[in-house]
Amino acid sequence: MSQVVHTGAEGFLHRYEGLKDRLPGARLPWLAALRAKAAESFRAQGFPTRRVEAWHYTDLRQVTQASFDEALTLVQDDIVLPKAHTANRVVFVDGRLRSDLSSWPTMATVASQIGRIEGRVMLPEEPMAALNTMLFEDGMLLNIPAGTDAGVLEILSIASASARPTAFHLRHIVRLHEGAKLTVLEVNQGPAATRYLHNPVWQVEVGEGASFTHARLQQEGALAFQLGSIYATVAAGGTYDNFTLNAGGRLVRNEIHATLTGTGATCHMNGAQLLSDGQHADTTTFLDHAAPGCASRQTYKTVLTGKSRGVFQGKILVRQAAQQTDGYQMNQALLLSPDAEMDSKPQLEIYADDVKCSHGATVGELDADQLFYLRARGIDEATARSMLVRAFLQEAVEGIADETLRDALESAVEGWWEHQGDRHS
Amino acid sequence: MLRIEGLTAEVDGKEILKGIDLEVPTGEVHAIMGPNGSGKSTLSYVLAGRDGYEVTGGTATFDGVDLLGKAPEERAALGVFLAFQYPVELPGVGNANFLRTALNAVRRGRGESELDAMQFLKVARARMKELSMPEDMLKRGVNVGFSGGEKKRNEVLQMALLAPKLAILDETDSGLDIDALKIASDGVNALRGPDFSALVITHYQRLLTYIVPDRVHVLMAGRIVRSGGKELALELEASGYGAPQAA
Repeated sequence: MSQVVHTGAEGFLHRYEGLKDRLPGARLPWLAALRAKAAESFRAQGFPTRRVEAWHYTDLRQVTQASFDEALTLVQDDIVLPKAHTANRVVFVDGRLRSDLSSWPTMATVASQIGRIEGRVMLPEEPMAALNTMLFEDGMLLNIPAGTDAGVLEILSIASASARPTAFHLRHIVRLHEGAKLTVLEVNQGPAATRYLHNPVWQVEVGEGASFTHARLQQEGALAFQLGSIYATVAAGGTYDNFTLNAGGRLVRNEIHATLTGTGATCHMNGAQLLSDGQHADTTTFLDHAAPGCASRQTYKTVLTGKSRGVFQGKILVRQAAQQTDGYQMNQALLLSPDAEMDSKPQLEIYADDVKCSHGATVGELDADQLFYLRARGIDEATARSMLVRAFLQEAVEGIADETLRDALESAVEGWWEHQGDRHS
Repeated sequence: MLRIEGLTAEVDGKEILKGIDLEVPTGEVHAIMGPNGSGKSTLSYVLAGRDGYEVTGGTATFDGVDLLGKAPEERAALGVFLAFQYPVELPGVGNANFLRTALNAVRRGRGESELDAMQFLKVARARMKELSMPEDMLKRGVNVGFSGGEKKRNEVLQMALLAPKLAILDETDSGLDIDALKIASDGVNALRGPDFSALVITHYQRLLTYIVPDRVHVLMAGRIVRSGGKELALELEASGYGAPQAA
């Protein structure tokens, strides 16, 4: 009997049809209905093509031409975990929680979420989020009680080596009640020679005066696709701090939607993209100022080597109610190779009249004067270049107050740069 | 000893140096004076090895070693130091990290041991005190937000730390008030000795009252047209560069 290979949206819809009675929570009517609705949405939209404005610079054909199996749900005993950055770490392998490899923070409610998330799963309109909703198997539920400081938690997603491409869709739901605090270090890794799709969705709800710091180290395997989305809302006086390091993967999109819903809410989105030959990374942000007196800051830096391509799209929407908005967005790219390409598209849409909003974008090479200055002081060219690349990234990293996060990010940057040295020598 | 013979160089296809002959014996300080556009800065960049300054003929050796074929960092390791007319700002590079990296690179080149952070700070603080530099300049980005005078002092600090054998000072006096000028000059004079040479490039005589040169050369239109003792600087100050050329 010949087997039909399904690719693209059809492939995932086919998987959904085959799996829907076996997916976690299949017997929960509300979840089955939600997944059916998500399938309908995904069927109608399919994978976005470059004709869709939001995806103009990122071509998903590499993803849609491949076919993916569901990730193996058998326990992989030979998985080698990277060193943990924090005392508490929750580990997902191929999109499934591994409680045997995880340790729980005492102050947070943490659960493999199916069954506890009724009424909390949202269905965003974007097709990748619909795909996630249709197929997600697992994720974190972090429900931090009012006034609680839940400390630092690492969430590791790791893909196992597999001969066939696999796909997994983590759904994390974070809710900080009034005055709560939480720091998450999200680490995404996978083997270099395995092709897989990681399509995580984060739902983040920051309550009044609460503060959520979310650092992401995206170090997926060299053949991996990661298409991640974050949907965050920040209530009055609350803060959402996101820092994303995009260093791994073959084709990556980091899409962040943040809505400031209460007076005096703050959102920082910073990030660095470190791209080598053959990589494509896209950071797309959407900042919705929906309440007065809110502040947002975005600083993104991209360093490109070889034939790599970086994308930054950032939209700031200031609604009519959002007077006294203070918005700032900067994205800068450093091209270290003539074959690298950077596309950037900042957008401001302002309906309030009393706002302070600015944005800027630069694309350039290493400054010849700076390089000469360092070399004239005896510093060899490779070291001088490395100093200037780190200096370029500095501004995006310096806002991170937490030392654990900072160390993790700095060593990731270090590792990437050393790897560049290997390639060039 | 710095020996330059028949040096010609061009920038963007335009010949700027048209045959420079110059010798600075070890232990001597020579001044190069000349009007704007005469090639003074080009000469300093050519000696330091900046890209875009193309040598089309002639030689430049330091202690018998050909300079022109070497990378800028190799020239620095040989003991050549250029104090920049316009010191470059390096946002994101801490001044302390920069100074220590440079010092250790040059020390390695000289076969000396590297300094750790504590050893470095001790040395740097002592030199900064001599130059009346506030200590927080170590913590800031290299030259970032420095005033013109602070930038020049930072150049002199680098020179004091790296202890070069040959210093090329490219209009170190420009943008300095009289106090800063005196401090910077003291920094240079402190290095003077039998093993130290300097090429002091300046537009004005003023600097040379503080750094008294052994010889003064006049550069015009890419050639050295006159040389003399320190009194030549005073003469030029009085009569300008339009003075008749020596035969």
